[in-house]
Amino acid sequence: MHPVLQTVLGRLGLGLATLFVVSLIIFSAIEMLPGDFGQAILGQAATEETVAAFRRELGLDEPPYVRYLQWVGGAIQGDLGTSFSGRNASGTDRSREVIDLIAPRLWNTLFLASVTAIIAVPVSLFLGITSALYRNSVYDRTINTTTLTTISFPEFFVAYILILLLASLYPIFPSLANVDASTPLSERLYRSALPAFTLTLVIVAHMMRMTRAAIINLLASPYIQMARLSGASQTEVILKHALPNAWAPIATVIAFNLAYLVVGVVVVEVVFVYPGVGQLMVDAVTSRDIPVVQGCALIFAVTYILLNLIADIIGIITNPRLLHPK
Amino acid sequence: MTQEKNTYSAAGEVGSVLEKRTFWARAKIELSKSPWTARFGLLVIFIYAVLAIFAPIFAPYGEAEVFPEPYAAWSSEHIFGTDQIGRDIFSRMIYGARNTVGIAVATTLLAFLIGGALGLAAAINRSYIDQLLSRAVDVLMAIPSLIFALVLLSIFGSTVTNLIIIIAVLDSTRVFRLTRAVAVNVVVMDYVEAAQLRGEGLGWIMRKEILPNIMPPLIAEFGLRFCFVFLTIAALSFLGVGIQPPTADWGSMVRDNASLIMFAQYDLKAGLTPLLPAAAIALLTVAINFVVDWFLHKTSGIRDEQ
Repeated sequence: MHPVLQTVLGRLGLGLATLFVVSLIIFSAIEMLPGDFGQAILGQAATEETVAAFRRELGLDEPPYVRYLQWVGGAIQGDLGTSFSGRNASGTDRSREVIDLIAPRLWNTLFLASVTAIIAVPVSLFLGITSALYRNSVYDRTINTTTLTTISFPEFFVAYILILLLASLYPIFPSLANVDASTPLSERLYRSALPAFTLTLVIVAHMMRMTRAAIINLLASPYIQMARLSGASQTEVILKHALPNAWAPIATVIAFNLAYLVVGVVVVEVVFVYPGVGQLMVDAVTSRDIPVVQGCALIFAVTYILLNLIADIIGIITNPRLLHPK
Repeated sequence: MTQEKNTYSAAGEVGSVLEKRTFWARAKIELSKSPWTARFGLLVIFIYAVLAIFAPIFAPYGEAEVFPEPYAAWSSEHIFGTDQIGRDIFSRMIYGARNTVGIAVATTLLAFLIGGALGLAAAINRSYIDQLLSRAVDVLMAIPSLIFALVLLSIFGSTVTNLIIIIAVLDSTRVFRLTRAVAVNVVVMDYVEAAQLRGEGLGWIMRKEILPNIMPPLIAEFGLRFCFVFLTIAALSFLGVGIQPPTADWGSMVRDNASLIMFAQYDLKAGLTPLLPAAAIALLTVAINFVVDWFLHKTSGIRDEQ
């Protein structure tokens, strides 16, 4: 077998194994709940029968492995169970399917993340590469200090500074990013401008520093020096010699930061009351609505693992040393 | 020295050189050579520590003392005004130094205790324990820690003890990786083997043979881990699932007073109020980053530029 294919398959297997264990951990969340939580959720007034029916519906009378298989099977088909909220003691059920809660919000979160990524990736690659080229210049040092400071700031600090400047003192953008399915694209972009801007600032700082480090690391290698000594021009060195080897680290940096973006979105969504998965998850944690927490956690974890896996695989297949085995 | 000042004495000079410098003398010399960023960072950390330890002395009012006027403006009575139910914000900021920073320090210490001990054990043992721990850590690190913390908090509930334990366990994975990685290089040294042949126990080898030799990277990591833990706890409290009221905490203070920000047009001071606790968080993380940067330069000799 081709060594590249072999390594890629290895990584895929590892990713699947991780996914399995992660789903097991998230599933066992409901197992770890203290004893009589049916009573706690339905309220003190719930009758024995209602509690028993609720327990039966959750399948608590079946062994854990059966429930795990059912849960995973359901999750693959898009059924993540039913939310705890909306249930009450009298047995009337106004609860909603978790998937119905998550689906529209997932679209919103993906929209925010993609807008951020579309702006942040080119900007940080440009800043990272140029600051690596003009290392130790005033330009490089300014960017470095700025990004180091941004990294040290909590996300909500950046968000509120932007709100103070761009929504309160100079009301250019709205401070609340309330969008729904019927919002037209231009309006949607306008309303999610501030959350996207906040995320961009945070992500660019990380991504730019990592790109810079990757390029500097590369430019120090002997073969680049050899190319320089053999008379290649600066652009030639970068485009022909450095870049082919730089794709792997750069792709890793991008995927890693997109994975980071998935998590960073939680705080930013809460600040701007943006109706995304992150906000839903935080609300569910506050009200201890476990099925919703599980659903959101599963989505975040899967995205995170997938992006890291993609970073790994890109790193492998763009590595010239692996592509041309001896 | 008995010699007069203006007479030269070789014995006196040699004697003074041979004099062993105390810890403080060495610290003073290092400090005089340090860059301004490191000094600034140390100063900030010192001020935060003093405020946190002596919070009741510095704070004009109590942590949960409620005054009749909510959202009071900045005045001589309430330096930064009052919050949504009329508590003095300045006092709560000072108590926040104690609570937020204190909890973060406790969490980081616990994370280092768990991660460090397991990391050392794995590095010395290198058998199935190492394999088991390393794979477990791999899986734990595959889930973003904020998401994992949210799941665990929703199960166990948001109490301070739960918060400390959950974040410490999640963060100990990174400590484990670092400790194991640096310790593996030390374990193969001859003096460790000598200690083993001498019949020393695992605890002795960990504490006396390996730990002193891997201290510098661990100390630097302690600073960075603290920043990370501190920001995570602040974020969780900001989200309303971390430190619970009435305990004064910077993260939840930002959230509680966030609505004031929209009044910045009419009263800039009011608009700045919710940013103060956030700025306090940012200042401490920047300060620690500065100090860690300097420390890393000193101990490892790694330099960004050649």
